[in-house]
Amino acid sequence: MTVDTSVRLPGLHVKNPVMTASGTFGYGLEFAPFGDLRSLGGIVVKGLSLLPRLGNPMPRIAESPSGMLNAIGLQNCGVEVFLRDKLPRLPFTETPIVANLYACDADEFAELAGVLSAAEGVSALEVNISCPNVKAGGIAFGQDPAMAGRLTEAVKKRAGDKPVWVKLSPNVTDIVSIARAAVLGGADALTCINTLTGMAVDIRTRRPRLANIIGGLSGPAIKPVALRCVWQVCQAVSAPVIAVGGIASAEDVLEFILVGAHAVQIGTANFMRPDMAFRIAKRLPVLMEELGIKSLDAYRGTLEVPAS
Amino acid sequence: MAISGVCRDVSILSVAPVGPHGEQYGCYFLELDNPGFPPAVAGQFVMVRPEAFGSDPVWPRPFSICRLTPEKLTLFVQACGRGSDILCRLKPGERATVWGPLGQGFALEPDVPTVMLAGGVGLAPFVEYVATHPAPANLSLVFGHRQPRSCYPFDAMAKTIRATAFEEKTPADLPQFIALLEKTVAEFAGGLILACGPRPFLVTVARLARRFGARAQVSLENRMACGVGGCLGCVEKNALGNYVQTCTEGPVFWVEELKLSEDA
Repeated sequence: MTVDTSVRLPGLHVKNPVMTASGTFGYGLEFAPFGDLRSLGGIVVKGLSLLPRLGNPMPRIAESPSGMLNAIGLQNCGVEVFLRDKLPRLPFTETPIVANLYACDADEFAELAGVLSAAEGVSALEVNISCPNVKAGGIAFGQDPAMAGRLTEAVKKRAGDKPVWVKLSPNVTDIVSIARAAVLGGADALTCINTLTGMAVDIRTRRPRLANIIGGLSGPAIKPVALRCVWQVCQAVSAPVIAVGGIASAEDVLEFILVGAHAVQIGTANFMRPDMAFRIAKRLPVLMEELGIKSLDAYRGTLEVPAS
Repeated sequence: MAISGVCRDVSILSVAPVGPHGEQYGCYFLELDNPGFPPAVAGQFVMVRPEAFGSDPVWPRPFSICRLTPEKLTLFVQACGRGSDILCRLKPGERATVWGPLGQGFALEPDVPTVMLAGGVGLAPFVEYVATHPAPANLSLVFGHRQPRSCYPFDAMAKTIRATAFEEKTPADLPQFIALLEKTVAEFAGGLILACGPRPFLVTVARLARRFGARAQVSLENRMACGVGGCLGCVEKNALGNYVQTCTEGPVFWVEELKLSEDA
């Protein structure tokens, strides 16, 4: 049996659903020694802002049970350096490169979308409306449906023919209402979920373990939360969902496809071994064959919920 | 910064306490199959994540290359936390994912009198440095430690190079050790100084090197998640106030490249 791992997303046909999550895979180039970047379904690069950002002071990361907290503060080289120095070295003709956008207000987001959508090597724009680390905004967009909708509209207007993905925060009362608002605002797909806000302290020094005090929790610990969010959002909206949160194996990938996701992103698991995403992309068709799954389209959203 | 490296699953060959008290003080040599590494520069490091970690702890652990031969990779590990405790209890035949050699190693200037300043487990990279140095007669070592000296690979090194050990029995001994460092840095101000150890130790070395106008490198031990430049968790402030990545641009830096204050 040959299996079909390909996935159709709005404006984008990917060879497999295994992508890498923003902020966990650098600009892609860092991981090139450990696997063939072209074997991935997509690469979502480190969040980009109009100007370079220094990021937060150290310490920026802390380990937690089956997970980690980060407060990097969106340190990045800025969109100009990315387009000039990084993008040309990425295999963008063979694997979609997705730019992750970070800005402090809607106008800035729109300007960034304009710059990135004009770049030939960028296949899609992922809007970070949920990063909890930077005090000056970001979080507010993702927590208010009206603001999330307006922001999506503003980005979409400047995105040309590039698909716009909106990355949702789980730190909300009702993720479905934000998802609906983003889709109404024109989102082509939803990335689900960003990190959960968390905290770690040291009882001896009496200090927080992160200089920023609060950080984003990620890793296997959050997989059940991600699975619940993806399932709820898939029930509510017709736009494709790209699942992210604690995925560390091909089995995990299928769990998210089962609850309705179109594709997935590997995040913190890239730190567990730098060839993780490549291995999962390679293992997925083997697992599908073992389970008799002919295509992801046939398997997607087939979760059977027993009648109570 | 060009990034290279190899990632492989290899077998643990042995986990052996160092010296008669190694087990009591948690000091071990961990030997693994050479994962197919190209020759490394002393001061480069590897990331190790044994299968036994499962999904917790999540992060691999960084270690300086203590010794790399075509057959095997040797690490010097002190059991001092969740990850290293598991590593030191591994049995031969257990599997671990290893990637490296990573980062930038120590400068090698064979004809220049060179002193290695090591604090505790920071002795590890200097084992490889001594073993690969073409003119060991030009090498000296000053080593500060808290566990018994036999828990470290010091005595074997002292057989081939000029080496001094200082045991810090209580914090009251610290000024005496700093005085020894001061004397040493002054003596080698015209040579090359290489340091590896805890952050306060490196801050002291940097301060002394600046005072005496000495050429000095320090190897940082900033916490890191991936080791390959992907997470931006291990950054350090450089002299210009910008962040540099310890994993790819370090862990070895010239002192004048960095701000190097007590808190990162």
